[in-house]
Amino acid sequence: MTGDDWQLVGFSARMAVCSTLLILPPGVALAWFLARRQWPGKALVETCVSLPLVLPPVVTGLVLLQLFGRHGPLGHWLHGQFGVDVVFTWKAVVLALGVMSLPLLVRAARTAIEEVNPALEHIARTLGAGERRVLITVTLPLARRGIFAGVLLAFARALGEFGATIMVAGNIPGRTTTLPVAIYSSVLSGDDTHAWTLAGISTGIAFVALWFGERSQRRRP
Amino acid sequence: MNPFLRADFSKQFRAGPVIRAEALEIAGVGVTVLFGPSGSGKTTLLRCLAGLEMPDTGEIICGDETWFAGGKNVVPTKDRRLGFVPQDYALFPHLTVAGNIAYGLRGQGVAEQQARVAEMLDWLGLNGLSARLPGELSGGEQQRVALARAVARQPRLLLLDEPLSALDLPTRQRLRGELRRLLRQLAIPSVVVTHDRLEALSFGDDLVVLNEGRIVQRGPVAEVFRRPANPNVAGILAVETVQPARILARENGLATLRVGSVQLTAVVGDLPADCTEVFVCIRAEDVILSGESERQSNPRNRLPATVRAVVNEGPLTRIELDCGFPLVAILTRQASVELALQERGATLALIKAPQIHLVPRGD
Repeated sequence: MTGDDWQLVGFSARMAVCSTLLILPPGVALAWFLARRQWPGKALVETCVSLPLVLPPVVTGLVLLQLFGRHGPLGHWLHGQFGVDVVFTWKAVVLALGVMSLPLLVRAARTAIEEVNPALEHIARTLGAGERRVLITVTLPLARRGIFAGVLLAFARALGEFGATIMVAGNIPGRTTTLPVAIYSSVLSGDDTHAWTLAGISTGIAFVALWFGERSQRRRP
Repeated sequence: MNPFLRADFSKQFRAGPVIRAEALEIAGVGVTVLFGPSGSGKTTLLRCLAGLEMPDTGEIICGDETWFAGGKNVVPTKDRRLGFVPQDYALFPHLTVAGNIAYGLRGQGVAEQQARVAEMLDWLGLNGLSARLPGELSGGEQQRVALARAVARQPRLLLLDEPLSALDLPTRQRLRGELRRLLRQLAIPSVVVTHDRLEALSFGDDLVVLNEGRIVQRGPVAEVFRRPANPNVAGILAVETVQPARILARENGLATLRVGSVQLTAVVGDLPADCTEVFVCIRAEDVILSGESERQSNPRNRLPATVRAVVNEGPLTRIELDCGFPLVAILTRQASVELALQERGATLALIKAPQIHLVPRGD
């Protein structure tokens, strides 16, 4: 393990944590709206959120590249309003990881929220609680295990994301290269040993994350 | 006196029957019982009062507030200042007993909340359980925690949905008397949904009888039981004779009662020890009529009676008797012919002691 490798591991982990934290509030909010409310266009939103699960990741990456490129609608606006460029920077990495892992979080959180007995939410309302208090004191605490499982899945997905990342963030060593991308380029350049080292590290991180997650799920409610 | 709450609405579930609350009035004092067989719409009615279901049309007015009108919940559930005890209690499984009771006390100071929780625990005999989770409580304890949670915030209307039906029979019998005492102590206008006629008699001041989504009779509880508006209501109530009585003596699990001008013997059952004022409830099919000759039969209560009316109801005949108090018997038509029963004739009414049910009455 060289200094560069450590930097690479640190960067990848930071990006995965960052994207997971970033999608957590909107992901849970969306899950709640899908689980507890009926609204027009619900099916459409549901499908769009889940689309990255079934599309080839490079397609998702390509779409993001188009949207956030300097000449894309969102990229142009961000550049004009805030002077922010997204593609081929670490921000693009977070964006790609977030979009790719959002469906896993939303699906898990939605199921968890749907499993909360609505009678408990009703009772909270009869006791004077408004919608926000019901959510914070009843729904989320009772759905927390399922939501946590979703967070873990999203994090694991973010760590392993390759296709969308390489499309929208590229492979700039030290700036946008993540572990999976580095493994791929090591193999391309014939450095199998390095590829295996990084693969080992990836497996280690994933293993620890899943093991920790499984354990915390088994605790009593 | 103006009613405390007035509701006039209808609600239909998809492909379900229409539930109608026509001019439902809840008094500002005492307990109103919504009584009816399952599927009669009583729980839906209660949930509409709580704002948990939305009626299709009509209005609900409580005091000077309009809760529901024009197809909209004008006052949402959270602002109705209710205490709601659902059938399965719906205690928050992630909160302790104290946390459950304190849930409705938000906005009060911590010390104030703690004092109120302690008061509730004390009142309901839940001391020592405050740190338990609901999963660690017995059914009876859960029922009391649910009541404490509903009452803690001093609601202006208390709604209880089948409060005892989730309990096993012995617990239910024990808690029936206890819940009645608690509801009297509270003096909060209350609506209790039940399909159990003994609960209805025990809790209720006013009785609203529902059948197939409609109110079929209403009035003071003893009055409704004594004078069902029609055979349909009588069938729902399933107790034809309800009379006030006083316990004169108790011995070996049997009570001697004065009813009207005669004495009866009944099984004491789960009646509280200090209770003397009761209703006696006798189902018409439990009354045996006999010719004078039958001396050997064993029922405790042998009452010489005068026949007041003989009413044919299909294959059955309903006999209204005066045996020192009004008593109703139901016989097959054939039996009534064999006994040659006719108005103003004499007969002997026999009632076994275990078939006389006693329900506490008064305060």
